Amino acid sequence: MTEYTFAYLDEQTKRMIRRAILKGLAIPGYQVPFASREMPMPYGWGTGGVQVSAAVLVPCDVLKVIDQGADDTTNAVSIRRFFEKTAGVAVTQDTQAATVIQTRHRIPEAALREGQVLVYQVPIPEPLRFLEPSEVETRKMHSLEDYGLMHVKLYEDISRHGAIATAYAYPVKVEGRYVMDPSPIPKFDNPKLDMAAIQLFGAGREQRIYALPPYTKVVSLDFDDFPFEASKPDHPCGLCGAQDSYLDELIVDDDGTRMFMCSDTDFCAKRREGGS
Amino acid sequence: MTALLRVENVTKHYGTRIGCAEVSFELYPGEVMGIVGESGSGKTTLLNCLAGQLPCDAGRVMFDTKTSGLRDVLAMSAPERRMLARTDWAFVQQHPRDGLRMNVSAGGNVGERLMAVGARHYGEIRQAATDWLARVEIEAGRIDDRPTTFSGGMQQRLQIARNLVTGPRLVFMDEPTGGLDVSVQARLLDLLRGLVREMGLSAIVVTHDLAVVRLLADRLMVMKDGHVVESGLTDQVLDDPQHGYTQLLVSSVLQV
Amino acid sequence: MISVQDVSKSFTLHTQGAAVISVLEGASFDVAPGCCVGLIGASGAGKSTLMRMLYGNYLTASGRIVIGDIDVAQAAPREIMALRRDTLGYVSQFLRVVPRVPTVDVVAEPLLRRGASEAEARERACALLARLNIPEALWALSPTTFSGGEQQRVNIARGFAAPYPALLLDEPTASLDPTNRNTVLAMIEEAKAEGAAIVGIFHDVAARDRVCDGVIDVTDFTPGGVQ
Repeated sequence: MTEYTFAYLDEQTKRMIRRAILKGLAIPGYQVPFASREMPMPYGWGTGGVQVSAAVLVPCDVLKVIDQGADDTTNAVSIRRFFEKTAGVAVTQDTQAATVIQTRHRIPEAALREGQVLVYQVPIPEPLRFLEPSEVETRKMHSLEDYGLMHVKLYEDISRHGAIATAYAYPVKVEGRYVMDPSPIPKFDNPKLDMAAIQLFGAGREQRIYALPPYTKVVSLDFDDFPFEASKPDHPCGLCGAQDSYLDELIVDDDGTRMFMCSDTDFCAKRREGGS
Repeated sequence: MTALLRVENVTKHYGTRIGCAEVSFELYPGEVMGIVGESGSGKTTLLNCLAGQLPCDAGRVMFDTKTSGLRDVLAMSAPERRMLARTDWAFVQQHPRDGLRMNVSAGGNVGERLMAVGARHYGEIRQAATDWLARVEIEAGRIDDRPTTFSGGMQQRLQIARNLVTGPRLVFMDEPTGGLDVSVQARLLDLLRGLVREMGLSAIVVTHDLAVVRLLADRLMVMKDGHVVESGLTDQVLDDPQHGYTQLLVSSVLQV
Repeated sequence: MISVQDVSKSFTLHTQGAAVISVLEGASFDVAPGCCVGLIGASGAGKSTLMRMLYGNYLTASGRIVIGDIDVAQAAPREIMALRRDTLGYVSQFLRVVPRVPTVDVVAEPLLRRGASEAEARERACALLARLNIPEALWALSPTTFSGGEQQRVNIARGFAAPYPALLLDEPTASLDPTNRNTVLAMIEEAKAEGAAIVGIFHDVAARDRVCDGVIDVTDFTPGGVQ
């Protein structure tokens, strides 16, 4: 334990990241640049989220880490162990019991409460990036609220596919001001962005942090005649029978038999324990 | 009738070199002003200054805004100017790829300005795009194709549709027919003349092509070394040029 | 309607050692509504120059050229633009049009500029083209490929499309066959009857005698020559 500073990062770095987080909370949806550090894991494995988690963790925190909703995948397990080792914090798989939840590409099914912190891993924080390659130009567009281009993306979707085909990383407008990429969560999760917990977004490679304070108004962009829909596969969970949770599709045998099951493993397990 | 645009002493230096100096003129609704001069005479600098794309060193550019009357464009805040640029103004670039989004469909290109000013009904946006493609003589079937699959003339017409869809009152054009075949040029000129007339547009057209200004512009300014050396009715300046430089320019045109 | 008062004109040729060529001096005459005045004088005497000055195509060095209530010699470009749109028509010897624009649209344009509807303008254009014996098959084609006589008639149709109270005609009957010449002269007479003030250049003496109420010899205004 003694060979590491608490939560791996040195105190000055954590201070710098906390400043960025506070600025992000003060300007919901605004991407705050920060001096991202090299972490002992490759980019794309959650370096941004890990730095944010490291900056917010305190010794009494209880940490939960999920990857696509699951607590038991490689990425989740290794990040959880990383903080067990470097911060010595308690860990859990129980959504309600956790005080800090780091997530990759999902929001837990169970409603989060005040006092909890949800930390997202973000690959590309700039929602305008795929249409406007210039960072100078996208920053100008944010500052001038020039967001016509965002709807062009949705327009292109409809003209090509007959519906808004964007299924994840679905752009939102925050408090009527900044357009924000909610990280590649399924659009099914978008309505949950309006929540009681603090939400922090960290992009390590892109060196950006942004945030949503509790109860921030978050609206998914859409057209009057093509309204936003939080869609999911039209099946119940094959394990717990839930009708209203986001599902993963699994091929379970060589004949291509498919099965749908909750992507949120904690949610599914609790239902099975309580239900049967 | 009040002037749509009143330019007063606009001056821009690049270090010690003059970009354009002490340019003043008025533009009234429905007028097309041509600016000619050789490369480096300051015409594009002037155009960019007027359109607020390049900061000037001195002068005022008063524009008759829909909402609050005559306002100095140069003194406006960046968001205000940006708003003006996507509502009352349009800017047609010489190279379509500077004025279009090449990775977005034709319909999306035309619809962008509408969406930027708040249009949120897909069906209506698409209808407007379809109508505008027809007006610039692009077949409706190409609405979902990207501009990369269009010819140069089509790209330029698409750029015009994209710019005019929000019904601007002032259009800045930088060599709009440059780089096009002569036959394509003619069609574009005809299209522009028709749109100017139907929409009551005012336009400022920078070109080095005297034949283009004769057919498109009502009035003409001749620039040399950053200064306006002569201005007047287009046919008068071309047929009875007063300044030595203009006489040289007019007499240098190759006859077909 | 048209009043020319002590008008002069000179050209300064900067490309040729700033030579100053004085072409007109002390030109004065008036044209009342419903009257047609012919400009005469030897070739090079300045008939076309004077005509172009009346149209605002050439600048006037001194004097006044009052058409309607505008002094063309002093007017701002936009005033001349309005004058040309609403008051002053001009049939020049040359047809200058955007290539590939159909003849019927070329003729209809002055009416569209005045705010006429598309249908109305086209109807009038077609009537004029028919009257001037331009074969209907040509109406949808650009006049740039037409013969000299056809181009001249398209030019006349365009010049007469709108009911201008003042008209300038530069050789309107040159290169026309007798039938079409007759038609054009009839059109001039009709314009006069409607009250148009007309200034014309006619080398065709019979035509001039038929439509002109008087002539002005431009040679009277010719100064000494190169100074």
